[in-house]
Formats: sequence, C-alpha cells, structure tokens
Amino acid sequence: MSIVVTADPWQRLRQFTQARIALGRAGTSLPTQEVLNFGYAHAMARDAVHLPLDTAALSAGLTAAGLQTVHVNSRAADRTVYLLRPDFGRRVDAAGLDALQAVKLSMPPDLLLVIGDGLSALAVHRHALPLITELRQRAPAGWQFGPVVTASQARVAIGDEIGEALGARMVAILIGERPGLSSPDSLGIYLTYAPRVGRNDAERNCISNVRPEGLSYAAAAKKLLWLANASLRLQQSGVDLKDESDMLQIADSGLLNLPS
Amino acid sequence: MEYRHSVGMQTWHFNDLKDLLAKATPERSGDYLAGVAAATYAERMAARMCLAEVPLQRFLQELVIPYEDDEVTRLIVDTHDAAAFAEIAHLTVGDFRNWLLSDAADTATLQRVAPGITPEMAAAVSKLMRNQDLILVARKCSVVTAFRDTIGLPGRMSSRLQPNHPTDDPRGIAASLVDGLLYGSGDAVIGINPATDSIPALMDIYYLIDEVIGEYAIPTQSCVLTHVTNQIRLMEKGAPVDLVFQSIAGTEKANRSFGIDIAILREAQQAALSLNRGTVGNNVMYFETGQGSVLSAGANFGVDQQTCEARAYAVARHFSPLLSNTVVGFIGPEYLYNGKQIIRAGLEDHFCGKLLGVPLGCDVCYTNHAEADQDDMDNLMTLLAAAEVTFIMGIPGSDDIMLNYQTTSFHDALYLRNVLGLKPAPEFELWLKTMNITDGSGRVRPVQATHRLLQTMPGNLPATA
Repeated sequence: MSIVVTADPWQRLRQFTQARIALGRAGTSLPTQEVLNFGYAHAMARDAVHLPLDTAALSAGLTAAGLQTVHVNSRAADRTVYLLRPDFGRRVDAAGLDALQAVKLSMPPDLLLVIGDGLSALAVHRHALPLITELRQRAPAGWQFGPVVTASQARVAIGDEIGEALGARMVAILIGERPGLSSPDSLGIYLTYAPRVGRNDAERNCISNVRPEGLSYAAAAKKLLWLANASLRLQQSGVDLKDESDMLQIADSGLLNLPS
Repeated sequence: MEYRHSVGMQTWHFNDLKDLLAKATPERSGDYLAGVAAATYAERMAARMCLAEVPLQRFLQELVIPYEDDEVTRLIVDTHDAAAFAEIAHLTVGDFRNWLLSDAADTATLQRVAPGITPEMAAAVSKLMRNQDLILVARKCSVVTAFRDTIGLPGRMSSRLQPNHPTDDPRGIAASLVDGLLYGSGDAVIGINPATDSIPALMDIYYLIDEVIGEYAIPTQSCVLTHVTNQIRLMEKGAPVDLVFQSIAGTEKANRSFGIDIAILREAQQAALSLNRGTVGNNVMYFETGQGSVLSAGANFGVDQQTCEARAYAVARHFSPLLSNTVVGFIGPEYLYNGKQIIRAGLEDHFCGKLLGVPLGCDVCYTNHAEADQDDMDNLMTLLAAAEVTFIMGIPGSDDIMLNYQTTSFHDALYLRNVLGLKPAPEFELWLKTMNITDGSGRVRPVQATHRLLQTMPGNLPATA
C-alpha cells in the first residue's frame, strides 16, 4: 500500500469474515486499489448477467454424456425484455411449445431436468453438466429422466410449463442465481412436484449456492435426490416438505437470489 | 370520478384519481409491469397538468383503495387531522407545490401541517416536483427522534452499521462491527440481517451486540431484522431488544403477505416500550419499505408503486419510529430499471416520508442485474445528504456478503460528512471523540493497534452462534 494511504491496523480480523474490512483510506475515501478491486468484482457480476447462454456447447456436452436434449426460448425476446418482464421469462414461446410437443416419450419422466440461464449463464456453463453427471450416477435405478431441456431467458417458473408439457412427475430446474460481487457463478436448483403453469414459489424446494466454493456438486446432487424422494412420498413439494437431509443448511439468503 | 384535461385540440381522459396519479408518475419499470403507466410522454404530462388542478380536498373524498377493503386506508382516514389540514385545505396540488417551496412553509409550519397531509397528497405533489424541489422541501422538514441518542437534528446525518455475515458467525459479525465503529459508523442503529430464523440463535445475536454497546458505553441502539413475531417471542424470553424491526407496505394485503397487520405492530411496540431501554427517548420502532413491494405481492389494486410506498409511511408514522428506511434499489430492475429511476425514487421516498413526519433514511443501493453502478449511488447519496436524509447504511466496502447487494460504505458516510459538513448524532459524536476515533473537528484519526476496540474482540468470541 502506498505511503499516502492510511492503513488500518486490524488486517488480522479479515480471517473472520469475507466482508471488505480494514480497507484503509486515502483521506477518508477508498484507496485506489480497493476501488479497482470492487470495480472488477462488479464487472464480473455484470458480465455474468449479460452473457448469452451457449446452447450449442451445452447441448454438445450433454449429447457427449449420452443425453437427449431439447432447447426452448422463453417469451422474453432479449435480455432487456427479460429483466423488465419476469412474467415473460416464466413462459415458453410458441416454437418452444412445438418442440416440446414433438418429443415422443415411452414413459413419463420421474424427474425432468431443465437448465435455464436465469441471471447468470456463467453459472450454467460452469456447473450444470458436472452436477447432472453426479445426479445421474446417484439416482435410483429405473428412474426416468426424459430429455434434458435447455431454456434461454428463463425464470424459475418456466420449468412448470416444460414439465407439464412433457408430463413429468417432478421437475428440477438448474438456474443461474443473481450474481453477487463474490459469486458471479452461483447455481440454484428448484424442485417442483407435479409441475404445471401457475405453481408458486411456496410450492418449490430450493438448493442454493451450488459451486465449488459453496455447495459441492456431490452434496447438491445428494440433497436434490433426498428432496425428490421425499417429494414423491408426500406427493408435494414446497414449504410443507422440510429439508431433513441432515446436511449443510441451505442459506436463507439463497431465496433472495431467486430469479422468479 | 373521471378526470379530463385539454391541451390545444387534444383532450385526455383519466378513469379516476388512482389512474391520474399513476399516469402522472415519472417513468419507471414497475408501473409498466403493473400496466398502470402512461402510454406516451404527452399523456404523462397531460396527467400532471390535470393533477395540478385537483384540490387537496378531493383526496379526502376519493380514496384510491376503498375504506371498507383496506386497514391502511382506514388508518389514513381515521387519523387524519382536520385542524392541521385547515391551513392547506384551500390549495390545489399545483398550488401545494408552490406553497411548499415558498418561505411561508418554514420548518415549524411544515411540522404543524404534517398530520393533515395524507400519503396520497404527498405522492401527488411529488409527481409535480423536480428533483431539486424534492431536496429543498425535504430539507426544510424536521423529524427528530431519540432512543439512546438523538436522530434527525439539523446539520446531522446518521448511519446504520450493518455488520451482516452469511452464517451469523459472531466473530465475523464482530469484525465488521469493529471496522464500522472505527470508521465512525453506527449512530442510527447497529442492525443485523440474520441468516437464521432460530430463536436461540437470534438470542445470541442480541446478546452479542448488547454486550458491545454496554462494554464501550456506545450511545446507540441495536436491532435484529427478523420477523416481528420472532421479536415478540424473543422479548417474552428476555432478550435485550432495543428497536423492533419490520418490513411494511402500503396496503393491507401486502402487509398480510409479510405476515403482519397493524395490530401485531402495536403489540410489538407495546412490548418494546415496556422494556424501557431508551435513555434519551422512547422511539422504539424501525421500519423498512421500498417501491415495488406491493406489486410484487400482487396487492397494488391499480395504484402506482410510488403512491403505494407513500401509504406505507402512514403506517410508519402511526408508530413514531426512531428510523424508517426505504431500501430503494434492492428490489430489482423490473421495478426500478436503472440509476435514473433509482435516484428519482430515492428522492421521492425521502420527500414523502419527511413531509408526512417520518424520520426517513435511505438504503442507497442496487443489485447486479440493475443498470446502475457506484457512480449512480454517489449521485443519490449526495443528493439525499443535501436534503439532510436522516440516515444511510454503513457496510464494509459497500459489499453486503449476506444479502448480495451493494449499499453505502463507512467511507461513503465520511465523504458526505466531509463535503457537506454533516455530523453524526450529538451523543455519538461525543463518544467518537472520547474513544479517540475522531479529533476535535470531527475527522477520523489514524487508529493505533493498541486501541481499546481492538483489544478483545472478536478473538474472544465463539466460532459459531
């Protein structure tokens, strides 16, 4: 730190929190280095919000893993509309509905997986495929998954319409959460039993902060399968299904990141 | 009733008062989302011209949400002070603006008239005001409150120290708390947004802050921002509760979606008053609000989001809070799209709150999916400080690692005090000098590693709550 910056003699307190403490000051203002650090973190978060979902790469990865894929767009035509009209992001557009109608299934999926960009395509690019791999390895034998549906400009509730169209017993949407300064790539999972248009957020269970620095893929997969099993048993999901998987607590703050 | 206004050859029609109010509102995404915004620039201006000619009396006759349907409307009507209103009863909305800006509306007059102003009147006149009008009039309003220090005196601006931690780790909380105190923050309140909902864990947080306040004799108050019903249970169990917090909104249905009504707020206020923990005053409530919350609960009934927000201040006013805070940029771009809309909303909220007699502070903030950045926040905080906003937030480096949004930092409050000559609450100002944190002129001093606040905490605390 330069000589004109007043340092704070409590650097050691940083071991107790990720908060930006003991930053020092230039006069009473932030030192240049801290302004730049903050600006870079914000730039990462902004880029994550506006990064388009790379559906080609995502589908190629899923196909290479032996999975069938279907792609849909929401009714939000672009990012600006998506940010202004959450209601459009919850519904599949006409072409997407046709694509779902064209899917021929011998049996209804038990747990349909949907991948939506949400507010961070970066989270999806990094974490969706490894999470799905973990999930399928751990799932009970005989469970039908159906195709993996990828959705652009998607909010959580788009999974309801997709799940309903494919007759799924449950849908789990893997979706990019609202980026924070320290977590531009946090993935969320929302499980809904008997998905249909009009379900509300109280009828879902949420697993938040899936990323290597947060909840690991293995832990997230185990938690989702526990919730899915319990949901089948209770024939519902949501607030009445209490998470007793006896694992890492889902952070309450995750609910605030819900791109509903 | 229907309203109409002609400009040249064109005549504009508005279905009723709430339609007129909505269409007169400066552009914002939430009113488009609700489907109540003006369709064109010309329609918006015509609505303002029409609104300017509406007598203030009309707002007592035509209620935007019916009396029978909504307890917030009933509160507004039943507590309206006709004698206070008499002084402005002859004015139209347009002349109300002129009067507010005139020398006739001095601080004492504005205080006297406040109980006669309804939130809809405040919202209406704000829609005709430019940003500078909102600043000038808000600055003339004086709302002074007290608990362990005195908030809202002229030339003062307080800050809430917000030492949040994603897992409520007491050492993490204490680290941010010490950081803030050494930067001179915390005279409004030391207020934590907890991650937990568990009563025993919340109890630990109360004791943590209470012990710090006690040990260093800090003239401030604590608050744990959990649901009001949790706070009532905690008070029953003997928790050291200073301020009772609750998020509130401007319609009964929205408040029900928060799990509250006016009766439960009254019960909580009575419980906090009975603890008698204030030393220089007994304003025991702390409220948070924000434009868009009513629509997000599907409870707006065709009323624009800014008018709904002003109605929340009628609820706040009823409970004589120490502090009330509009969390202006937290809700997201579908309600306030960009820096311009956030800045305008922050100034409107502050003006309406102060005009109604509420000690309004502002969480000058944004999320990463809003079209806003630190420069927008600099603009808003500077404008609000010029208006003598009651308080702003204080977070280490503007980055709330628990709520994942950006708000004002400890450094920001020092910047505002520096540029605008504002001081913290007088009792706290004295404490900062006594603790050697500020010098005789109120500027922060270099801190020595031997400072009392750095001697014990947080190494002496347990690792988890």
